[in-house]
Amino acid sequence: MLRRFLQEKSPPSVVRQLMESDAGWERGSWVELNQQLGLTGVHIPEEYGGQGFGFVELGIVLEEMGRALLCAPYFATTVLAATAIMNAGTKAQQEVLLPPIALGETVATLAFTEPNGSWDASGVETTASPDGGRFRLDGIKSFVLDGHTADLIIVAARAPGSSGEDGLSLFTTRGDAPGLSRRALKVLDPTRKLARLEFSGAPADLLGELGGGAETLEKTLTQAAACLASEMVGGAERLRESALDYANLRMQFGRPIASFQSMKHKQADMLVDVELAKSAAYAAASAAAEDDPKLPAIASLAKACASEAYLQTAIHTIQIHGGIGFTWDNDTHLWFKRAKSSEVFLGDPAWHRERMLRAWGA
Amino acid sequence: MSEPTEAAVRAEARAWLEANWSAELGLAEWRGRLIDSGWGMPSWPTEWHGRSLPPAFDAIVADEMRRVGAVSVARSGVRNLAAATLLEHGGDFHKRKFLRRILTGEDNWCQLFSEPGSGSDLAGALTRAELKDGRWVFNGSKVWTTSAHHADWGLLLARTDSNVPKHQGLSYFVLDMRQSAVEVRQLRQMNGHASFNQVFFTDAEAPPEHLVGEVGGGWAVATTTLMHERRGADGMRLWGAASELNGRIYDEERAEIATVNEPYKWYPQRAGRVDLVLERAKATGRIGDPVVRQEIAKLLTLSKTAEWTARRARAAQAQGRPPGPEGSLGKLAASHVARAAARVHTLIAGADAMLTGEDGPMDGVIAEILISVPAVSIAGGTDEIQRNIISERVLRMPKEPRSDDDRPFRDVPKNRLS
Repeated sequence: MLRRFLQEKSPPSVVRQLMESDAGWERGSWVELNQQLGLTGVHIPEEYGGQGFGFVELGIVLEEMGRALLCAPYFATTVLAATAIMNAGTKAQQEVLLPPIALGETVATLAFTEPNGSWDASGVETTASPDGGRFRLDGIKSFVLDGHTADLIIVAARAPGSSGEDGLSLFTTRGDAPGLSRRALKVLDPTRKLARLEFSGAPADLLGELGGGAETLEKTLTQAAACLASEMVGGAERLRESALDYANLRMQFGRPIASFQSMKHKQADMLVDVELAKSAAYAAASAAAEDDPKLPAIASLAKACASEAYLQTAIHTIQIHGGIGFTWDNDTHLWFKRAKSSEVFLGDPAWHRERMLRAWGA
Repeated sequence: MSEPTEAAVRAEARAWLEANWSAELGLAEWRGRLIDSGWGMPSWPTEWHGRSLPPAFDAIVADEMRRVGAVSVARSGVRNLAAATLLEHGGDFHKRKFLRRILTGEDNWCQLFSEPGSGSDLAGALTRAELKDGRWVFNGSKVWTTSAHHADWGLLLARTDSNVPKHQGLSYFVLDMRQSAVEVRQLRQMNGHASFNQVFFTDAEAPPEHLVGEVGGGWAVATTTLMHERRGADGMRLWGAASELNGRIYDEERAEIATVNEPYKWYPQRAGRVDLVLERAKATGRIGDPVVRQEIAKLLTLSKTAEWTARRARAAQAQGRPPGPEGSLGKLAASHVARAAARVHTLIAGADAMLTGEDGPMDGVIAEILISVPAVSIAGGTDEIQRNIISERVLRMPKEPRSDDDRPFRDVPKNRLS
């Protein structure tokens, strides 16, 4: 059902239209997506206005969105921001922050990376200084998913003078807060908009515990890596199918190119890549749902595995299309670029492999 | 009679085992009782040593047997494939003559399909079967025959007609291996082991009733055998696991299984021994090298995802869902894992990878991995054939035009070797 809905709402023509826009998404269809299917609240507990499902169901939704290459602030809002709020926020904060997200009224994101490109707590240099009951943020965040359009921004920042995992906390601020200037970055993958945010004394509120940010940020990013694996698997499968359809249609030397063994063997290899990655994504989603202590290892495994499968599938798909596959008019490059941005976003495969081995105690 | 329930079957099996099982019995005596009762093969037909139960109940009965430590009917090796094939395609003569002795373990079997001139292309078999004076006479040669040297019977695919297209000229026989016209020669592999044989027929004979199915209908029968081989194996896991319990009956079973398992003793190494990688990397200190760490992580990712994919396939099967693509990928994935493992073991061993036996790492186990892995992507259907199967049967891609099935077999170009 979800697949059909997204096929209708997010065909490549709509993807192309939205990717050319500055925002990268459109509020009317975003509201519709959430009013009709309640997708932004999939894993948000019912007491906070969500659907009360878990990471397995969220994974299924993301797989379909990845397949449709949906241009919407879903990963930023539901996966990154809502999960961070659920991990870090007090009950009172969750009561205030989660319902508008579940209703699709608030678009939110998590700003944790900085121009140094580090994907974990150690890279955070932005500071948060106490100011009355609130805090003032100073520093620069970069690679912030949908950061230029989000209404609510969760910011990872540290106590002045602290380093590493110490002194790190999460804060909330508004997209239109004074002292915050933001601009969209020029992105290789126009379906995934990134922004640079400069904080000069922007007012913010503490989310959860002061100094408890490293642990909650780590947990959120681990869960997000599992989620991204599901999204990538959906995209990879869509590419694999489009390559197969094309090979069956395209005639050369008097026969469909799908009848040549070189094409058949490539397709078999693509199926192996995608199915193994799918197994990894499913294992990661289950581990996240059960809050399995093995989640850090499995999520990193899935992120690395799905990144490589997605990119490899995209490369094969362009190759199978031949010259037409390198043109702007053919849709393959839309997914190719998403595969490329997904490869790096939240940490590249080599970084996750190292993280996986450490989580396994090796 | 109403449909049997799980609880009823479990209770009945348990009661029978309580009344009949004893570890003090001899293997032959116990198996005789088991076979007579039908509990040895619950899903087989009642008239042929079974109880005509749906296959789903096999696991319940096996569970009850395990609970009391009861020894099962003989299952290991090619005898499984022979039984499944004869049950489906054999006549009453075959079932009466062979099935019981398969289950008791009295007879050993081998499979005579591949030839020096036809490996991937099994239907191109050249071994001839001719009817002379009322008996079938065989001439030719088969290869990759596991356990041929201690087999009593062979499942033989042979050509009865060269004037029809290749698949239509094959017939399927049960051959008595204990005749002087059948010569078995061991084949030494590149890893030094000799697990397989080449078998030569020089006017070997079989009575007419040893034909299984129709003359010219052998390919369909062979397909059944192959299907059971793939289903039971994920590649090749025909060996059995012996119980660790003590007692005379267990000793007898262990001896039986040891004979069947002997040719497979290098198979764990063939699969790459992913289980050894981390301990080896730690022991050698190579675990600290970032390049080695990346390669280890890639290998573990491949191995884990292959395992999870097999689990998905089993879960789908257990829920009665139609088999998805995940069920067809295991063999190819296993090849990838084995190759990657050999590469990582080499990386970890460094210069020691050049040594074998007691001079080599782990008393030669690592060397045995490195020189056994090339078999994985060939045995039981090459990677290339697996890719053809996946692309044609799962992805429904068109078959390549072929030039061997539209003309009499005699006109098909053949290997000069054979």
